[in-house]
Amino acid sequence: MLGIFLRRILLAIPVLIAVASITFFLVRLAPGGPFDADKAVSEQVLKNLNEAYNLNAPLSEQYFDYMSGILVGDFGPSFRFPGRSVTELIMTGLPVTFELAIYSMLIALFIGILSGVTAALKRNTFLDYIPMSIAMIGICVPTFLLGPLLVLIFGINLELLPVSGWGQLPGDKILPSLTLGFAYAAYIARLSRGGMLEILNQDFIRTARAKGLSEKMVVIKHAMQGGLIPVVSFLGPAVAGLLAGSFVVETIFQIPGLGRFYVEAAFNRDYTMILGTTIFFSFMIVFFNLLSDIVALWLNPRSRDT
Amino acid sequence: MSQSSSLWSDAIRRLFKNKAAVAGAVVLVVLIVLAAFAPWIAPYPYAYQNLDLGASPPSSAHLLGTDVLGRDLLSRILYGARISLLVGFIATTVALVIGVSWGIIAGYSGGKVDSVMMRIVDILYGLPFIIFIILLMVIFGRNLWLLFLAIGAVEWLTMARIVRAQVLSLKNQEFVLAAQAMGVSNFAMFKRHLLPNILGPVAVYATLTIPQVMLLESFLSFLGLGIQPPMSSWGTLIKDGVESMEEYSWLLIYPGLTFTITLFALNFFGDGLRDALDPKTSE
Repeated sequence: MLGIFLRRILLAIPVLIAVASITFFLVRLAPGGPFDADKAVSEQVLKNLNEAYNLNAPLSEQYFDYMSGILVGDFGPSFRFPGRSVTELIMTGLPVTFELAIYSMLIALFIGILSGVTAALKRNTFLDYIPMSIAMIGICVPTFLLGPLLVLIFGINLELLPVSGWGQLPGDKILPSLTLGFAYAAYIARLSRGGMLEILNQDFIRTARAKGLSEKMVVIKHAMQGGLIPVVSFLGPAVAGLLAGSFVVETIFQIPGLGRFYVEAAFNRDYTMILGTTIFFSFMIVFFNLLSDIVALWLNPRSRDT
Repeated sequence: MSQSSSLWSDAIRRLFKNKAAVAGAVVLVVLIVLAAFAPWIAPYPYAYQNLDLGASPPSSAHLLGTDVLGRDLLSRILYGARISLLVGFIATTVALVIGVSWGIIAGYSGGKVDSVMMRIVDILYGLPFIIFIILLMVIFGRNLWLLFLAIGAVEWLTMARIVRAQVLSLKNQEFVLAAQAMGVSNFAMFKRHLLPNILGPVAVYATLTIPQVMLLESFLSFLGLGIQPPMSSWGTLIKDGVESMEEYSWLLIYPGLTFTITLFALNFFGDGLRDALDPKTSE
């Protein structure tokens, strides 16, 4: 058991180094320097800029500088926001995105597990069909369509909720969180239904029922622990999707989070910002994949003994 | 031969019984025909502007209305279908070719080759590919073919795993051993014995990959990192629709509806195909 964890963690290290290196060199491959975008600068200024950002040093030296910087959480300066470091920008956006992600995940878990488990227990009744049809819609309607539609309905037509912003008007966090959470609620509902159906047919559930446990105990204490393993395994990869979703949701609702910073950096060709955020995102994704793998392993009694 | 054809004819029979899957297939066929013949069917060229008209609601001249530049929305949706479906099919084909070859080679070779190849897949799985695609689009410009390749290069991983698992289970079966004993070359082995037997799961996964790929493309286009104007994919149409939805809601609703219906059709068809080919999974 401990061996598996250690191997997973050891495997993650080369992945992270590879991600950081590939990103670093990809960004260097980009045509044009970081300063020749909109305004032409004089040669002397350019030289000084390159000097200041140490861009004249040999590539290998820059690479090792950058990599050792990452180790202490330093992603270098932003090329577009002079005087601000990428780390600073990430730290400004991160809490907002984090809050958005937490709310969406809570919504997704609550709705998803509740409807998935209910659907599995009331299989082939309308309590199964209706939530599962809605889940199909949730999977087929992309976030970038759902968000604007919700804005159109609740923000513009019914005028119930603010159409944009984050923490400025009461209730402006509801629509973004719902938009981002809905697709995950759908996936989680399908996964928990499938997982529960599989578990409910097994012998130990029959045993639990036979020894006279109440149905509630059987479901909560015995079935859900195993039935929800697919959900836990899904949560790690979901973080990657959540980030991608935050790009869209933060753009639609004009939320000053990491996702919007990233998209703006991509548009402005702020290479150091792209580089830094890409590496930062990768670290988060690898970390959460690892975490959900470990939790799923730990929940599964079959793998616990080995 | 008669055995394999009966497997497929059974599957087709089961598929036809599944109403959702048939409906999905019909929608898809109609869409593909419309997209293929868009230049002849569409009432206007996709870049034709009528600035005097501006954004007008659906009317008899413009069945789905026009956008802010006076371009006919129906025509743009039809032309957009070409791009969106093309991305779906080409990127899925790229994923298919890489994934199937990778999986067959890894599974059939076994041993060290297999473990190295699958370890590479494991490592790639952990990478944040959406971010990498955005990075590629930023660095190398918003090139249509690069988009196809980049998306295809992301989606092959699961395919490789599925194919490898299939090959592993086939490898020790008698007909493969017999073929080996008769000295069949590796290439003939792939073509004659392995490929036909993994076709089912591959077909299923491919149909389910297409909607994912289309979502990814429209996601990029929505962020402004995909297809560039005046060309339109459904993603760019939805993006344009969002920008003017307060005044002209039809610009969001019709492209959105088309896209959603297509995704539904693909998912229903894919699910139906899976159930038809593997009756065990359908309950």
